[in-house]
Amino acid sequence: MLHFPRWQVIGIILIVFLGFLAVIPNFLSKDALAGWPSFLPKSQMVLGLDLQGGSYLLYEVDKNDYMDKRLKALTADVRQTLLTNPRIGYTGLGVEGQAVQLRIRDLSQLDDARQRLDKLRNPLDASVLSAGSVYEFDLTVGDDGLARFTYDPAGLTQRTRQIVQQSIEVINRRINGLGTTEPSIQRQGDDRILVEAPGLGDPSRLKALVGQTAQLEFHMVDGSISAQQAAANPPKAGVERVPDKSNPQLIWEVEDQALMTGEDLSDAQTAFDPQTNEPIVNFRLTTGGARKFGDVTAKNVGRPFAIILDDQVISAPTIRSPILGGSGEISGGFTVQTANDLAILLRAGSLPAKLTIVEEQTVGASLGADSIRAGVAAAIVATVFIAVFMILCYGILGLFADLALIANNFLMIGILTTLGATLTLPGIAGIVLTMGMAVDANVLIYERMREESHAGRSTIAALDTGFRRAFATIIDSHLTALIAAIALFELGSGPVRGFAVTLAIGIISTLFTAYLVTRLIVSGWVRWARPKVVPL
Amino acid sequence: MKFPIRLIPDGTNLPFMDWVRIRTPISLALIVLSFALFFTIGVNQGIDFKGGTIIQAHNANGPVDIGTVRGIVDGLHFGDVQIQTTTSNGQTDALIRIALQPGGETAQTAVVDKVKAALGSDYTLENVQVVGPTVSGELARSGTLAVLFTIVGIMAYIWFRFEWQFGVAAVATLVHDAILTVGFFAVTRIDFDLQSIAAILTIIGYSLNDTVVIFDRIREILRKYKQLPIRDVINLATNQSLARTIMTSLTIELALIALFAFGGPVVRSFTAAMIWGIFVATASSIFIGGPILIYFNIRPKVVEERAEAAAAERKTDTTAAGA
Repeated sequence: MLHFPRWQVIGIILIVFLGFLAVIPNFLSKDALAGWPSFLPKSQMVLGLDLQGGSYLLYEVDKNDYMDKRLKALTADVRQTLLTNPRIGYTGLGVEGQAVQLRIRDLSQLDDARQRLDKLRNPLDASVLSAGSVYEFDLTVGDDGLARFTYDPAGLTQRTRQIVQQSIEVINRRINGLGTTEPSIQRQGDDRILVEAPGLGDPSRLKALVGQTAQLEFHMVDGSISAQQAAANPPKAGVERVPDKSNPQLIWEVEDQALMTGEDLSDAQTAFDPQTNEPIVNFRLTTGGARKFGDVTAKNVGRPFAIILDDQVISAPTIRSPILGGSGEISGGFTVQTANDLAILLRAGSLPAKLTIVEEQTVGASLGADSIRAGVAAAIVATVFIAVFMILCYGILGLFADLALIANNFLMIGILTTLGATLTLPGIAGIVLTMGMAVDANVLIYERMREESHAGRSTIAALDTGFRRAFATIIDSHLTALIAAIALFELGSGPVRGFAVTLAIGIISTLFTAYLVTRLIVSGWVRWARPKVVPL
Repeated sequence: MKFPIRLIPDGTNLPFMDWVRIRTPISLALIVLSFALFFTIGVNQGIDFKGGTIIQAHNANGPVDIGTVRGIVDGLHFGDVQIQTTTSNGQTDALIRIALQPGGETAQTAVVDKVKAALGSDYTLENVQVVGPTVSGELARSGTLAVLFTIVGIMAYIWFRFEWQFGVAAVATLVHDAILTVGFFAVTRIDFDLQSIAAILTIIGYSLNDTVVIFDRIREILRKYKQLPIRDVINLATNQSLARTIMTSLTIELALIALFAFGGPVVRSFTAAMIWGIFVATASSIFIGGPILIYFNIRPKVVEERAEAAAAERKTDTTAAGA
């Protein structure tokens, strides 16, 4: 056991050295690293939000909100489809619970109706694995003329995934438009999005930018009433009621068909109104949008239209002359920042569904710095405690265990750095705890050596048997600890995961250092010092 | 003083198996007490499982005045609100805990904005944590699952490496440790959150590690001394592993004490639970894990009878020799 072939000696020393190399970049500034030769490792450990400060926002797609809105849109689509040539008569079209329902009047038109309605089922990109395509809606048309659209469960899951994907793209564009921080945006599970913004003290602007649906719509105005009147009278058919943004007592009645939506916009920029010097948002329309807008404004000169953002009327200007140039402006009591943010939102497009925050955490930068200092102090104190304790109890062999412990620290941090793992405060706790466990293998080996020596074995034989006999026990004890670490990782959530990762890596690296590195040192020492007794 | 120090003198031979009359009542009493506390006063569920909001407010003009902050926050009528001071960076800040608000996810995030507006510009929010009702439910579920998953995984591993009896004994030991740790949370009123689950899982891992080392020794002695009665096998194995058990626990406790004293407030509750848990795990591996094996048939019956007969014979021999 104490004899090492040359390749093993070189291998062990090389691994420890590589670990050491991987740790170094953590202590260098970015500038110093830039001049680092390309063959040397450059990656630095990523600090978690709890250490560098920042915001963690977990969003969830509001499925109910999406489903409600989608059913409304579907209702409008059904109307559009059945009323255009040739017209198919129907009654009772409306949203019923989580379905859209209608009855075809003339049963002789049933087949035609079925074919036309079938086109509204909205096929979704099928995944490679599933056979056939998935539809968002299932359609049943009874012989009595009753037609019903219901959500297809598989289609809904697929649609939610698409929504998450689209939302991530939109959020990315919005944050790029902001241009200051570099948050990471990731999908979490089927219906969640995790936004992490390091170094951000106050997340309120980020939240406003990420969480706002930014659904822009232009509707013709039918009239306006007060909140009391609205409560007393039900709305007329084909009219939607939308509250005013600045005056909650004012309710606008607008035509439920949108003239234009945010999708017809090609660009939006902040500007100042030349007369009032108030910040406004100038927008440009796409070619198609410009034609539509031109037609509508030409037909409705003298009437007001409402600019609606996320179900609130921002302003309702009156059309003075046809707007044919494909550009316009939105004014509505903006500040420079709100106008700027609105321009960003309009440029980036709207979110396909409402997002709600289900978990939020913000750590101030100074608190994070405090945590790093505390973590490093704890690590140093723990190392000193353990090192002194081991020397007190095992003398020179204790010193060897300490050397292995230091090698272990390098190796562990080196592996964490190379893997690009994120260091969190619980992660530091994991490292410190691993130090306590790291010497466990040494303790097992040394206790075994004592016993063998007391049992009358020669010094060399006792040292040798100590390593050999302790091995099975070391494997057992490390593997069981690894099971716990894996369970911890499965438990999930950021900080606990950081702890599990450091613990697992620590268990593996201590196996290497405590067993191989210590054995190598002991072997060298035996050859050099030729001990007469086991010094325990 | 002799160097190096021996904490456990060589040839220590404590009659662990004879202490059953003290050990069993103590351990049973602690388990009953833990259960009683858990079901009466319960653990102090943290934000992770209960949902709600925690805000650390820092006053730019100096130490915060709890009374003022309380007055402001009470004016917002959030129901169950706790306010205490916390020290970080050498400054005294207010730690405001607000229970889950009725009205789903959006109601929770609105709390932060309201508090921020009410406190005004003198205060900055150093640390904000909001957990909504959906996430808190999930965390509680996955926490429980993780503990169960670990126990099953461990039982399978021990069964594979040893006999099934060892697996049962190991699980009995770690369940004992887990229950006592939960009892610790009930007594100390430390927030029971995800970190606490992490602490319990780590303690389970360690408890097992400790027990397995003793089991290894029991198995070794069983093979070596076919004539020794089980009782003596267990006692011998426990004594022979005692130095290692104590040494390893002490090094880990040293690391934990360093963390507790210097690691800052975030990891303090976790470390406190760990310090207690490692202590319990050490004691249980010595007093429960090994000794409990006597109730299982870990050696084929025939061999065991022969061993007992041989032991009885030896005893008569020594009596005869002594006489």
